[in-house]
Amino acid sequence: MILFNFFLFRLLPGDPISLYTRGRDVDPEIKRQLQARFNAPIGEQFLAYIKNPFVPGLPSQRFSAPVWDVIGPRIWPTLLLVGTATVLATVFGVWLGIRSAWKRGQRFDKVATTVTLVLYSMPEFWFGMILLIVFSVGVFGIPGIFPVGGLSTPGIDIGTFAGIADVAWHLALPVFTLTVIYLAEYSLVMRASLIDEMGADYLRTARAKGLREADVRRRHAVPNALLPTTTLIFLNLGFVVGGAITIEYVFSVAGLGSLTVLALRGPDIPLLQTLFLLFSAAVIVANLVADLLYARLDPRVRT
Amino acid sequence: MTSVSTRSIVWARRRRSWKQLGDQFRRSRTGMLGLAIFVVFAALALAAPVLFDSSQLDVTKATGGVYESPTARYWLGTDDAGRNVLALVVWGARISLLVGLCATVLSMCIGTTVGIASGHFRGLIGGVLDRLIDWFLVIPFLPLAIVLATVLGKSLLNIIIVIGVTSWPATARLIRAQTLSVEGRPYLERAKALGSGDLHQMTRHVLPNVMPLVLANTTLAVSISILSETTLSFLGLGDPTAVSWGTILDDAFSTGAISAGAWWYLAAPGVCVVLVVLAFNLVGRALEDILDPREAPQ
Repeated sequence: MILFNFFLFRLLPGDPISLYTRGRDVDPEIKRQLQARFNAPIGEQFLAYIKNPFVPGLPSQRFSAPVWDVIGPRIWPTLLLVGTATVLATVFGVWLGIRSAWKRGQRFDKVATTVTLVLYSMPEFWFGMILLIVFSVGVFGIPGIFPVGGLSTPGIDIGTFAGIADVAWHLALPVFTLTVIYLAEYSLVMRASLIDEMGADYLRTARAKGLREADVRRRHAVPNALLPTTTLIFLNLGFVVGGAITIEYVFSVAGLGSLTVLALRGPDIPLLQTLFLLFSAAVIVANLVADLLYARLDPRVRT
Repeated sequence: MTSVSTRSIVWARRRRSWKQLGDQFRRSRTGMLGLAIFVVFAALALAAPVLFDSSQLDVTKATGGVYESPTARYWLGTDDAGRNVLALVVWGARISLLVGLCATVLSMCIGTTVGIASGHFRGLIGGVLDRLIDWFLVIPFLPLAIVLATVLGKSLLNIIIVIGVTSWPATARLIRAQTLSVEGRPYLERAKALGSGDLHQMTRHVLPNVMPLVLANTTLAVSISILSETTLSFLGLGDPTAVSWGTILDDAFSTGAISAGAWWYLAAPGVCVVLVVLAFNLVGRALEDILDPREAPQ
């Protein structure tokens, strides 16, 4: 069963191609435009597209510039935002999950599980808006501490120390929002998989050997429980992308997410299509990484 | 005659197991809490026309001032046009729940069909379906939904379709796994030996056995559908003529409720979403706990 699972992921590299053509499929408008433009049979264009999907076809309608020129500078803010949030959420989520599972049924676990469940049920952009209204605009007498949006104060040099601090200041709220929302799911998954492992016989053996409880947890239970969590964290990147879209929109961070919102408001089909391609490609790459990582973590699937 | 009696035995057994499920569910406190929250919201949604006249949703007939904070007259304050936020939220419950439930039904139908078929058929069909599930599972949900919604256009039906066709693969994967385990049981071998066809095996033997799992998954899927609806509407992809919690949030955000400090306008629809989604999550988790064979009392 594990081998089967492993090979499923192995087969994924073959799929992007069909995925790309799918992206083309759902945009009948662009097909028509292309047809009018190049007057070539659809099949030929399909082939050309499949051969190199990253070569842009049409320029963006909204910015009247090649799509990659529009997208290029906006990749970094998104990577910074999503990357920081994912790392923080993984670390804290796993820690929280381990603690709740080990103290299953106790007060810490009950409080943590309730809070994470509520957070998990929350639209991330709404949580962001509430934070924005409380900490940036200020209600109930709380002064607005954080900037309302954007990535940095206009005119400041990002290269300097003050510039970096300024960016961090601006990103604090959006990163916090994303971290808290992702954290909820990771800790729920970690808790569930650790509880699954806790009944296992090898833990009894470890205890019988006279190992301390902390060692049993750190050396034996946690590494095994991390396996499903790792897979889920990477599989979840598809949703992470979705979170980035709404959060960037709410906090007006000039990244790929807010660009997506601009593109759909148009609608700017060429831009939207390229963004979709980029997001899908990113998620597929992440899945591949998860796959390789899984092989390193779990000796059973090493072949 | 015998066929009738075997059938009645089977039905009696199924009724008993469903009843047992209901009894166990009643013992789950969090599950019942979730169910209670859902019932309250469903009642509010159904009673919306009685509680607030639909004219209260009309911007031109608004009675309150701009961004009035909560008062005895407007419990949840007013919006940028002076409309009663409470009336908006109660009417919004109708669309949000409707879209959430319809999209879930659609997604469950696709997910269950594909899941059972991919688990039942071996060889080419099974392989292709299995690859199809993987492939949809990998595509990031929100970008795909955005692209689809943009292409299809803004309407209530379209948003249901978009959520339905993008959210089924997780269900299909689960049902497929369950189908594979059911397929290995002796009674299916017996059915095959007696010459029953594929359709008969799938609908009469596999489907009833995966049904409880479908039910647990449905409640979890509703919460995801409602969240998706809120997100898509917030991004301006909802039906512009219908009031849902997502479109209220979209209005609030785009009319500058944040910089006006109108927290009630933002908080009200969001709290509703959280409560309803939480309710479905609680019910779903309670059902999963009951159905999890590892924890079933012997």
